[in-house]
Amino acid sequence: MAEEKNYKIIQPEDTEENKFLKPENYKREVTAPDGETFVVDPINDYFCDAKPQPHAPNTIKIVEKFLNWARSESIWVLGYGTGCGSIEIYPLMTPRFDAYRFGVQQRPTPRQSNLFIISGYLSVKTLKRAIRSYEQMPSPKYVMGLGSCTINGGMYWDSYNTINRLDQYMPVDVYVAGCMPRPEALLAGFMELKKRIKEGKGEGANEYAEKFDWYKANQKKVIKDWNMPDYNW
Amino acid sequence: MKDIIENIQTKFSISEVTKQRDNQYFISVEKKDAVQVVTYLKDIEKFSNFILLTAVDWIEKGQFQLTYLLSDPINKLDIGVRTFIERENATMDSAHHLWEHTATFQRELKEMFGIDFPGSPRVDEPFLLEGWDNIPPMRREFDTKKYSEETYFPRPGRTTNDPAEHMKKKLYPNEKK
Repeated sequence: MAEEKNYKIIQPEDTEENKFLKPENYKREVTAPDGETFVVDPINDYFCDAKPQPHAPNTIKIVEKFLNWARSESIWVLGYGTGCGSIEIYPLMTPRFDAYRFGVQQRPTPRQSNLFIISGYLSVKTLKRAIRSYEQMPSPKYVMGLGSCTINGGMYWDSYNTINRLDQYMPVDVYVAGCMPRPEALLAGFMELKKRIKEGKGEGANEYAEKFDWYKANQKKVIKDWNMPDYNW
Repeated sequence: MKDIIENIQTKFSISEVTKQRDNQYFISVEKKDAVQVVTYLKDIEKFSNFILLTAVDWIEKGQFQLTYLLSDPINKLDIGVRTFIERENATMDSAHHLWEHTATFQRELKEMFGIDFPGSPRVDEPFLLEGWDNIPPMRREFDTKKYSEETYFPRPGRTTNDPAEHMKKKLYPNEKK
């Protein structure tokens, strides 16, 4: 039996802002079980529209140092491969390379992880998904750029659809150079990242919050069909 | 394979036949015949497998060349059907009624070359280039390097050396150009 719809979709106005709006994000007039009707605007109602705020470090130095040590020893990688480099991440979890001994493990969703490995070239279509995933990750969060594609575009430096520099769109903590880097290089990258976090330099999330407008402007420059909320978590 | 080509020649006007191997031929047909030839090959000559549909931009001639690549997996035969279409307002008959996945190739050609396939399912939806607002990027008049430099914040410091020039400078530093 088909379920009866309790809402009516309101066709959006034909403006520049609504050009790329997806049908599931159209405003709709919903009738509640008690007969009351109200308008739901998914883009504005289902997502928080507050800007991210920078998180001040603990004022007691030794506590902050302890926290940084704890953060560096619990790195949870988001299992999301963007390019050819994702194939180098799988062997990390095998007995040969065994990333578990460094306290590195993978999680399936952005809300459970704090390290985002951008593994290789990033097309504009993927960048959009990568930004959404990055913003959903809880702070403190770190980004590792894997391969030369994330540094200067690599072999796709003149491509019409892949970005050249990752650090224009999200704050990057560590770059691992190579095309492609071996899993050993990735392990070295993890050690470098840990060193940075212990020194208190892993402040990517704060940097993103402070320069939020600049990052957003850069992201919107390349993602021309921006049809999602500005900040979604 | 030869008798298949002869069969086609009796039914359609074929401008060119290229033999690549004993079991691989390419034939060139008129635009209006192309989908008919493909249909004939599928239904009568048992070329049941559609491998790909691709385009080449012949900007000097003002034409696109489309290639339908079909194969007969039982007898291990391959055939390519080539056709030229006009570059201005490029349109081609859709072949999605023969194989469903042809629609995906046609959608990609619409996006990358701007070749329209009226009636093909979802042909106007973006495939890889979401929100693309320039000319289709695989057309040869599109300058991909210029577009990339204007759009994607190139990292400064990249230099390239022509190997011949570099060695000339290194081996014969006093010689003028």
